[in-house]
Amino acid sequence: MDHPIGKSFPRKEGRKKVTGAALYVDDLSFPDMIHGVTVRSPAARGKIKNISFEGDLPWDEFTIVTAKDIPGANYVALILNDQPYLAADFVNHPEEPVVLLAHKDKYLLEEARRNVAIEIEEQPAVFTLADSLAKKEIIWGNDNVFKKFLVDKGNVDEAWSNADFIVEGEYETGAQEQLYIENNGAIAIANSSDGVTVWGSMQCPYYVHKALVKLFGLPEEKIRIIQTETGGGFGGKEEYPSLIAGHAALLAWKSGKPVKIIYDRAEDMVATTKRHPSRTRHKTAVTKDGKLLAMEIDFAIDGGAYCTLSPVVLSRGTIHAAGPYTCPNVRIHSQAVATNVPPHGAFRGFGAPQSIFALERHMDKVAQTVGLTPEEFRRRNFIHEGETTATSQVIRERVDMDHLLTRTLQLSEYHAKREQFSKENSATSGRFAKKRGIGFATFMHGAGFTGSGEVFLQSVVSAEATAEGKVKILAASTEIGQGTNTIFSQIAAETLGLDFDSIEIVQPDTGRVPNSGPTVASRTSMVVGKLVESAVTGLKQTLIGSGLLPAQYSEADFKKACAEYVAKFGSLKTSSTYQPPPNVHWDDEKYQGDAYGAYAWAVYVAEVSFDELTYEARVENFVAMQEVGRVLNPVLAAGQIEGGVAQAIGFTLFENVVWKDGRMANNQMTNYIIPTPADIPPIRVYFEENPYAYGPGGAKGIGELPMDGAAPAILNAIENATGVSFNNIPLMPERLMAADERG
Amino acid sequence: MPEVRAFIPNYQLTTPASLADALALLKNEPGVWKPFAGGTDLMVLLEAGRLPHRNYINIWGLDELRGVEANDTHVTLGALTTYTDVQSNPILQSEFPMLCQAASETGGLAIQNRGTLGGNIINASPAADSPPALLAYNAEIELVSSGGSRWLPYHGFHTAYKQMGLGADELLSRIRLPRNTEGATHYYRKVGTRKAQAISKICLAALGRMSDGQMSDTRIALGSVAPIVVRCVQTENALRGQQPHAKTIAAACDTLSREISPIDDIRSTADYRLQVSKNLLADFLMQLH
Amino acid sequence: MNADDTDQIRVICVHLRQKFSMQIEFKVNNKVHQLDVFPMTRLLDVLREQLELTGTKEGCGEGECGACTVVLDGRIVNSCLVPVAQVNGAEITTIEGVAHNDQLHAVQQAFIQHGGAQCGICTPGMVLAAVDLLKRNPQPTENDIRNGLAGNLCRCTGYMKIFESVVRACQK
Repeated sequence: MDHPIGKSFPRKEGRKKVTGAALYVDDLSFPDMIHGVTVRSPAARGKIKNISFEGDLPWDEFTIVTAKDIPGANYVALILNDQPYLAADFVNHPEEPVVLLAHKDKYLLEEARRNVAIEIEEQPAVFTLADSLAKKEIIWGNDNVFKKFLVDKGNVDEAWSNADFIVEGEYETGAQEQLYIENNGAIAIANSSDGVTVWGSMQCPYYVHKALVKLFGLPEEKIRIIQTETGGGFGGKEEYPSLIAGHAALLAWKSGKPVKIIYDRAEDMVATTKRHPSRTRHKTAVTKDGKLLAMEIDFAIDGGAYCTLSPVVLSRGTIHAAGPYTCPNVRIHSQAVATNVPPHGAFRGFGAPQSIFALERHMDKVAQTVGLTPEEFRRRNFIHEGETTATSQVIRERVDMDHLLTRTLQLSEYHAKREQFSKENSATSGRFAKKRGIGFATFMHGAGFTGSGEVFLQSVVSAEATAEGKVKILAASTEIGQGTNTIFSQIAAETLGLDFDSIEIVQPDTGRVPNSGPTVASRTSMVVGKLVESAVTGLKQTLIGSGLLPAQYSEADFKKACAEYVAKFGSLKTSSTYQPPPNVHWDDEKYQGDAYGAYAWAVYVAEVSFDELTYEARVENFVAMQEVGRVLNPVLAAGQIEGGVAQAIGFTLFENVVWKDGRMANNQMTNYIIPTPADIPPIRVYFEENPYAYGPGGAKGIGELPMDGAAPAILNAIENATGVSFNNIPLMPERLMAADERG
Repeated sequence: MPEVRAFIPNYQLTTPASLADALALLKNEPGVWKPFAGGTDLMVLLEAGRLPHRNYINIWGLDELRGVEANDTHVTLGALTTYTDVQSNPILQSEFPMLCQAASETGGLAIQNRGTLGGNIINASPAADSPPALLAYNAEIELVSSGGSRWLPYHGFHTAYKQMGLGADELLSRIRLPRNTEGATHYYRKVGTRKAQAISKICLAALGRMSDGQMSDTRIALGSVAPIVVRCVQTENALRGQQPHAKTIAAACDTLSREISPIDDIRSTADYRLQVSKNLLADFLMQLH
Repeated sequence: MNADDTDQIRVICVHLRQKFSMQIEFKVNNKVHQLDVFPMTRLLDVLREQLELTGTKEGCGEGECGACTVVLDGRIVNSCLVPVAQVNGAEITTIEGVAHNDQLHAVQQAFIQHGGAQCGICTPGMVLAAVDLLKRNPQPTENDIRNGLAGNLCRCTGYMKIFESVVRACQK
């Protein structure tokens, strides 16, 4: 068998998906199943005075659940456990769940939802990051602050006096809706004798498991969570499924019937998590030669009404805030604060797109102030092997951002275009023209959980060989479109020298698979894939050690050995538990040390046009270059980059959440705009390889990387085209209008 | 009250055997029934729980309301002409290109196969894509009832936001375009939230004809800048007999800004709509010579 | 109609002043069906729930995303926007009707081979839209493909590999 790693094996579950045979949660039906809906708070903050059931409806036919019906604890177990499953006395955001209803007739159910009146005695609410930071009202804890970090390297305070230039800037990013095309959904069966089983669209079955254990107060083995085919996640189904799963389970528990809850698009958009809005302030000391002396960064994110994952989003955003540069003095103050909007949560990039946007915009500004080109300024400050990051992590791999930059600028014809656009833009014809510009961003993205996170997770993968010689991979890592099933199959096939089709990926089901950790943080290939490799290695070693398999074997030999082993011993199963790479040290107190085991390094170039007629900016061409350790599957890898860049283009120029009193007012696909096929430019993707010793086949994680670079590259290009500096995204034509002198 | 899906069992959608039967129903039960064509607007409202009216007549199958015919002086389109039908008609492509462009920019193909011109007119959204082109082409519409039929200019049919001169027992049956666009400059520009599948922020449909270097016949229609789609008559008057040089263009833009009333809404701002409307007008006028 | 449905309608009748269910007959993937339906029920729901053809998906319920695309009398439509009363006597093809006896259509094969499908939820609609495009235009340019698929949204792929898959399908 040829080595599968590095080849574009077709998607393992591809046939099911193209024939409509793949089963997503709403495609499932159970005997006696009834439907569930969530009745939500109409106000942003206040005391629940009364809940009434109105209209001429047969309320006795409905299953009605409120906080009082919760058998265990009324919170979603995550980090701070401050988010209730159902608001009991007080609500903290619009659309907060208060009442659950279930009935057999889904149309009558909607009629019922219309007729539940929740009366709130309103209290003052805070809706913006600025207001929360200003503590206009204290709405959470003592000071609205979920979490703070301080990174302190060198001595920033002493550096200002040595600076030839001090450059300041403020940058903002807005909320972004994940907009997976499959809405959130769950089906639950629950009773006190058998326990609770939930099927659902999700990224992390064990997160849901942990949450339901607490919700019901049941032992772990009585809760079973099964991931159904999932139509996109992007982080939006990292922690949110715990809430909807719990709701379905509560209704199932009370009604004694299977309950299905499927959100429609409007509900999913208005009620579920979004990317944390951010504000970053930079103050940078630099010499006249363009060398960075000090960076002081103030990074704040809006977490919404409850903590959810804000501390971790904050962490990643903080650690990525100073970028792939060498700077002896760095201080980063960061905080995540509360507002009375539906809680924000995970979205691909997880804090890094926000802080990297600010950084890469700011680096262009610093370059301009010093009188260097954006390119030259970067070259004088790129980090190299042996140098330290903002958290004082020594880079222990060969990194050559210089070369990546040179190659990417060449591939995108950056210099020629910059010159050409400069000439064309200054030619005036008296007519409305299209101005053009080109810009880039240079960045890195750390894969896996931060610091000691992976050790804490203690991820486990199991492998089982059947009597027929098939190998089953048992992991909680979910396929959500990124290619988990295919990658795991390739890794296992390569490690064992077997056919790709001899590998079977078991459906993530907490009743069957061990906890390999959540499907997040760009860790599935790099961290869990490595465990797949070691788990199947264990199978091979067991068979060889038993004398049933020679050291050099064919697929037929392997099948024969499995048959014999299973006949003799009953089963053949191995497990592998995460071991951290050596010499990775992280200090959680000081927020210092080796933040990530591996970084992918990237340069993205965006070419834009700006239409003086309509003030629309459009990305015309895009080049994405990244060094990713090893490309496990070229088609899947390029697919990740292209998809991430498209989402990032949306983040930059299209996706605007319109807030009204803490509620998303444009909660329809008609009015929340993601790019269509007609809006996306040609995206050219290039990879370089520099194998990471602890990733399978040398791979580093890449899932989130493509989210980081497009926004600053595009805004750098828009500044190049128009001469006007914009520092907030999403950047809509209404604001771009200010760029045009005619306007 | 939360906006959730409508209670489907309460809705009636009855299918009459003929146009005559449909009209009889409208006459015999006035105010009870509304027509339902391709459903691309009504179904969206239904699913959002925002369709209070419950009783509909399914006119989709009425062939009397379909078809595109042409004689020497006019092209006549049935009310059920879809956006796909519009784009595939060679006469419309060559003589009424703005209508074809509008059709091609309305939703995606799946919408274009079901959305109808009649539905678009009667739904009366000020952001509709085809009505500005119809206004610029001096369209006329035919309204039928069991008592007879009448033709009237489309310009003036809409009187206020979602209000129009349609009797309770009348159906829109045909749209007629005079074939007098030869030698004219057609300018259609829809500015939306993205390149495809977008509701317009501004939509300009303009037609211009020159005679001895002067603008002899200028028609300017705009969508999304007022409670109804507007024909900018004052601006047209300001341009008549003028040459399209910078001073005239500036004056026309000025008149335009007093003739439209754009607003801030969920998609855009009054300032943006105003400025871009002026830009589009200027761009159009600069193309005339 | 089974006992379950009768119970359901009985429940509804008790609380309604009017009842408007009707009988319709139509063809789906070459098979004739006779059903009792409420006339305004979305075709999407009838396909998924009454006919158990769950390949057609709901992404938005507003005709924006195209995940519910089906072919109705030869043309692609958003089934979330079609009231079932209007398909009486019609012929419909869903994703389940694209492959012939286990033989995948060239578009389906290309999607698997060239990364046109990631999470797969937009894929049924995207495949039908692509098959329809190639039927009308067997050798589309990339621009033709961009515009032809403009009514189908994908959040995973960034569209590049969808375009490539369609191009490759033409080459077969």
